[in-house]
Amino acid sequence: MTQEFAVDDRQGWLSLMASADEAKLTRLWQDYGASPEFQWLRAPEAGGVMVRGRMGGSGAPFNLGEMTVTRCALTLEDGTVGHGYVQGRSKAKAEIVAKIDALMQTPVADDLRSRVLTPLAQARQAAKTARAAKAAATKVEFFTLVRGED
Amino acid sequence: MTQTQSISFAGGFYDAPVAASHAFRAAMTAMARPGDIKVIEGAQPPKGLSVAAGSLLLTLCDPETAIFLASDVDSPELRGWLTFHTGAPFAPAEKADFAIGGWEALTPLDQFKIGTAEYPDRSATLVVEMPELSNAGPILSGPGIKETARLSLPSLTEFQGNAQLFPLGLDFFFTSGSQVAALPRSTSVMAED
Amino acid sequence: MYVAVKGGERAIENAHAWLAEERRGDTSVAELSLSQIREQLSLAVNRVMAEGSLYDPDLAALAIKQSRGDLIEAIFLIRAYRTTLPRFGATLPVETGEMACDRRISATFKDAPGGQVLGPTFDYTHRLLDFKLAADGELPEAPTAEPRQEPTPHITEFLQGEDIIQREPVSEETPGDLTREPMQFPSNRPLRLQSLTRGDEGFVLGMAYSTQRGYARNHAFVGELRIGRCAVEMEIPELGFAIEIGEIELTECETVNQFTGSKTEPPQFTRGYGLVFGQSERKSISMALVDRALRWEELGEDNLGAAAQDEEFVLSHCDNIQATGFLEHIKLPHYVDFQSELELVRKLRREAEERTSEQLGAIAAQEAAE
Repeated sequence: MTQEFAVDDRQGWLSLMASADEAKLTRLWQDYGASPEFQWLRAPEAGGVMVRGRMGGSGAPFNLGEMTVTRCALTLEDGTVGHGYVQGRSKAKAEIVAKIDALMQTPVADDLRSRVLTPLAQARQAAKTARAAKAAATKVEFFTLVRGED
Repeated sequence: MTQTQSISFAGGFYDAPVAASHAFRAAMTAMARPGDIKVIEGAQPPKGLSVAAGSLLLTLCDPETAIFLASDVDSPELRGWLTFHTGAPFAPAEKADFAIGGWEALTPLDQFKIGTAEYPDRSATLVVEMPELSNAGPILSGPGIKETARLSLPSLTEFQGNAQLFPLGLDFFFTSGSQVAALPRSTSVMAED
Repeated sequence: MYVAVKGGERAIENAHAWLAEERRGDTSVAELSLSQIREQLSLAVNRVMAEGSLYDPDLAALAIKQSRGDLIEAIFLIRAYRTTLPRFGATLPVETGEMACDRRISATFKDAPGGQVLGPTFDYTHRLLDFKLAADGELPEAPTAEPRQEPTPHITEFLQGEDIIQREPVSEETPGDLTREPMQFPSNRPLRLQSLTRGDEGFVLGMAYSTQRGYARNHAFVGELRIGRCAVEMEIPELGFAIEIGEIELTECETVNQFTGSKTEPPQFTRGYGLVFGQSERKSISMALVDRALRWEELGEDNLGAAAQDEEFVLSHCDNIQATGFLEHIKLPHYVDFQSELELVRKLRREAEERTSEQLGAIAAQEAAE
């Protein structure tokens, strides 16, 4: 059975998993230990999407270049549909994401969230913070040597 | 919500690279040999569209080909299904790269793009759903046909007019059940004697 | 005369086998792994992604390995692979204002909010070979400080507040894609930027340098240069909303250019823009300078006849795959073409000799007559 979920919540977990480290996601998923029965609606396929930028950072869009993306869609036995969209060319990762997306719409959502999504989000935040901390250490502190008006 | 989703998403190619290659081969052969009737299958479109038309659209369409759905085939289920499997946008007749529907619903033909002198390929391809297909009726001749061929076309004058536009003009697929035949703009059409 | 020849299969096969062996080099030396290339030659990987026009560090690393480090060959491999990928669609424009910056500097404002963040830069190194790297060594960890939480605003926003800089026209029009429709001239700015961002780094740098040396000089300052990671979002039709489909590293450069006004525009600062995959600083600054030079018509400036102002010249020659394809094809067999050239030159030579001997004969006859 499916249960209610907020769209921005689903947006959040799909976004989190799309760029997650594959090894980490795989390990968390294996530790979670689910292997739900499913059928493919769309078997995993690798493709490209055209990434766009904005002229001047704020103006009209232009085409910057493509990036690789792998996607798939499946349905659980109860009819719940899961979608997987991930960066790169890993079909295995897309499959895990689609299964998690489907299961997150079922009553196991809370358990799955705490055992897979939360650790993933923490790892992502930690990596971001570590990089930002190194950047912060390279910030220039100016100090005035001589003032011209004296 | 989830149930209706899975209904509209099912029915794509099972093994996309292989199934699409078979379907493409059928479509290409049909277009290269006007009048030949080929089998094209692999897709299970929502009710209201033939297997042949569904397989053809899944093979030929992608996010850069705009599709026009004529009023007799247009439905939310079909739109959802095509969007999921092809990503193709929907467009009015005059902007479409592919148009799909029964003959009555697709005419008049002058609403579709016929290409430009520099880019004759920037024209529409029409997928005409037919009650049946047979090698009877108007006589076809031209590239890809040894002497003459016959195909149960839904009309005569429209296709003669289209051939007059060459190198501009429209190309046609005709679909019925899991069968497909084609009529490119390069084929001359004559009334049966 | 046309002579079809066949042959060379065995020679080609053997050449390829030897190529594979040479690529591997001395087998007593450990083989490079793709992750080593990806992690330790990351700027080469970035260049291959930018000019190959496909963001995938693993593929770029593979291409570099396969091409023995010939980056243009690697770019060629990526371009060829790219064409085999089904296109799922296009993303929403990346919001570079939301970038998690590794580096962010401005040459125009010392005290810009967010500060001058140097990041992992070669600037201020002494460009002395570091022989410590020749031996394996422990690496000290980079120092850290209190990380910045909020996004870093664009520098040009401050100038915009004062209305003293040209505003970028806002539009949501779908940009043309030169990988789908052949380039036609005159083109437009979205196509120029697409062409420049995948253009050859050396070529774009040379063009940019020519503007600095006075060929259509446009007085550029680096208003801002930022390098970091941006989320990439895409609308997923079957979901009915947008999700992040990944995260990419980008380098963005905005130049602020002095502009004394023209017939159509008041005196103000004008802008050039560069945005490139990966950490590609030289390329993005170059791109911004060339972008600015190519905007002369839009700003009502004079055409000074400089190469960097000529979009057909710049855009038709900046693609190193097109260029190398045409250039290198002349080394492939042209036996028949050359045979006809040879025939022609021999014939001309024969005729010239005949004429000369006729003239000499005529002169001799004349002299004899006199």
